[in-house]
Amino acid sequence: MNIVTRHLHRRLERGTRWLEQRLGAAKAVEWVLRYVFPDHWSFLLGEIALYAFVVLVGTGIFLTLYYIPGDSQVIYHGSYALLQGAQMSEAFRSVLDLSFSVPAGLLFRQVHHWAADVFIAAIVLHLCRVFFTGAYRKPRDLNYYIGVTMLMLAILEGFAGYSLVDDLLSGMGLVIAYSVALSIPFVGAQLGYLVWGGPFPGSSTFLPRLEIVHVLLIPAALTVLITFHLMSIMRQHHAQFAGPGRRERNVVGTPLWPAYALRSIGLLLAVAAVLVLAGGLIQINPIWQWGPFHPYLSENGAQPDWYIGWLIGALRLMPNFEPAIGAHTIIPNPFWGGAAFPLFVFAALYSWPWLERRLTGDHLRHDLLDRPRDRPNRTAVGAAFLSWVVIVFAVGSTDRLFYRLHISYTAQIHFWRIGVWVLPILVFFLTRSACRSLRRSGAHPLRDWQGEVVKREGDGRVERFSA
Amino acid sequence: MSGEEPTPVKRFARVLALLLAVRTLARTLAGREPPPPPAPESEYDPSQRTVPANRQAETVVAALLLVAALLGCGFVAIYVALQTNTQLLGLALGGMLVMLAAAAIIAGKLVVPQETQVEERGELLVEDEAEEVVETIEAGVEGISRRKLLAGAGGAAGAAAIAAAATPLASLGPRLRGIHDTPWHHGVRLVDEQGNPYPAGEIQVGTFYTALPEAGGSETFGAGVLLVRLLPDQIHLPAPRRAWAPEGIMAFSKICPHAGCAISLYRYPTYEQTSLSPAFTCPCHYSTFLPGDGGRVVFGPAGRPLPQLPLMIDDLGHVRAAGAFPEDIGPSWWDVHRGQS
Repeated sequence: MNIVTRHLHRRLERGTRWLEQRLGAAKAVEWVLRYVFPDHWSFLLGEIALYAFVVLVGTGIFLTLYYIPGDSQVIYHGSYALLQGAQMSEAFRSVLDLSFSVPAGLLFRQVHHWAADVFIAAIVLHLCRVFFTGAYRKPRDLNYYIGVTMLMLAILEGFAGYSLVDDLLSGMGLVIAYSVALSIPFVGAQLGYLVWGGPFPGSSTFLPRLEIVHVLLIPAALTVLITFHLMSIMRQHHAQFAGPGRRERNVVGTPLWPAYALRSIGLLLAVAAVLVLAGGLIQINPIWQWGPFHPYLSENGAQPDWYIGWLIGALRLMPNFEPAIGAHTIIPNPFWGGAAFPLFVFAALYSWPWLERRLTGDHLRHDLLDRPRDRPNRTAVGAAFLSWVVIVFAVGSTDRLFYRLHISYTAQIHFWRIGVWVLPILVFFLTRSACRSLRRSGAHPLRDWQGEVVKREGDGRVERFSA
Repeated sequence: MSGEEPTPVKRFARVLALLLAVRTLARTLAGREPPPPPAPESEYDPSQRTVPANRQAETVVAALLLVAALLGCGFVAIYVALQTNTQLLGLALGGMLVMLAAAAIIAGKLVVPQETQVEERGELLVEDEAEEVVETIEAGVEGISRRKLLAGAGGAAGAAAIAAAATPLASLGPRLRGIHDTPWHHGVRLVDEQGNPYPAGEIQVGTFYTALPEAGGSETFGAGVLLVRLLPDQIHLPAPRRAWAPEGIMAFSKICPHAGCAISLYRYPTYEQTSLSPAFTCPCHYSTFLPGDGGRVVFGPAGRPLPQLPLMIDDLGHVRAAGAFPEDIGPSWWDVHRGQS
């Protein structure tokens, strides 16, 4: 042992003893250091979401220091020439100043926006992984409900965040949210007034309320839920795929210290790196181009952040059905696409573990994951449901297809009003038969593709070469 | 294309070969060979530990960390010197993070000991322990004779406490004050965004104008209106509304009755033989309304026609409102005042 190592060893020993005398946590620390993580790339999706959340909190604290939730109208005299003399809210001006005058302000604002998009994308992919591998079964069903709740909160959080800016796009998003609130039968208007403090665009208390929701209430809720999510995983240990030496009652993988910790810190840094590079180099939400919000203005061809796209699609797809009896409008139209559709999607997600238990009668604890093909029915139901939501999401971009490719907008809407019900059925049967044949052949769909090169000669003969 | 050019198939094969080579290289570098075929379940123990002692990798990690330190200093320098150069700031900070990430991942894979461990999961539910919890909880209510009474009283107190805690929510304002109001009344002059009145003679056919009430309140929901002039044969208003469109000039709420966005698209026929009638379209969900038919919905999700504002022309030739909106503007709700159409 050389002198440096000996010195380090002594310091480490002294530090550990210092902590032990106060906490007596050596056993717990040892347990955490030896905690085993099974290796599979798809297990990193949840980690990416976690690390994007870390970046969101960091950049968010910076942004909070500069944002002013004021609705009073001011005249802009800042450094962005094209908006000189424009009338805007104090909130919008504070974000313009943050973007143009605060050093690194635009960088952190854009990193924050990119991080929000990546955060929710990672959660959705993580949810797909959990669904298609059956990771939501007992004992992880409780954690699955928490995860679905976090997805819902994350979408609300993202929407609240870009609504705070009070640019034209965020105002348009808010008025649609207000309309959806109003569309809830019986109590909609009361609910809308409760949130906005009056009729749209709301009283001067609205932006401060929204800010508290965005910077305190939802992040605090997410932090509590994330803590529970992780603690629950550690108690149960990660699920793993079947493999050599891997059984229901053990977990095979890399211990936290040192290799896994370094790799995971590497992932945190890589996520942060991608987000910072994107925030520095790829423009996102250029609010100075949208301009300030006024209720009588709107942007043509506007698109929300991706995770709101499914709601825009649903609102657009809905036929103009609005039943009224006498003086009462029973179900205002935005209710279908803006409230009923997402509520149904989340209700389906919440009820699936229970539904599957009912259908299969399987109440056992499962710590080995399924390969998607091994459960053709579940995989087919998941793929069909996913395709249903993805189609509605894609309908949110039909206007872009019209602008870019000149495909008639009305024709697209009429087509998808039928297609949104037919296509998922096709997806169900295709997925199920693909799963069944994969299970029969035992081949990996990407790694083990087999085939032969077929070449037609000039005389019509067909020659085969094995690949 | 000359004869020596590789065919697409060959090119594809080359790319594939290159990718495979990169993968093999990466796997070799990482020291990770494909796993051996599984042994029978009972004998196979996947535990292993290797200590790499890889001096080359250590050098690479140290170099990456030093470059990261350099880039971090670069970020500080750019912050001080250039302040708001977002691209350079992002490159420096992002570059630093890339280096750190690479260092951490390479260290995790090549520098530190590589281990595969087996950990037993153990049971989550241990019957005796669960039973003990139940007993402990039950022991705490031992000797209480009137449980039902206490539970009922506790429930009542709890419900009252929740109600008391929730009541202040009411002061947030669920009374629907002003939900039917707009700033438009008889005689309010229509002005543009700069506050200039609209002389009737300057309203052109084939375009639309955004008008606000002169009286103020331009930031309120119902302020914005669409102002258009149609040709006489394009107007098919019901009889009671004929007087609302002097000289063929008409005004409609700019707020879409579907989801409240400001309507900002106007389709006007440029070739009469094939074109459709003039129509307003909302850019959010593409509800389409015919001004000539009193705001009737012809496409999209809107469940109510676009509310029309009665107009008149004053002695100076300026356009004014001839009354309030006869129905509610904005999105529908339970008690929305629906128009006749």
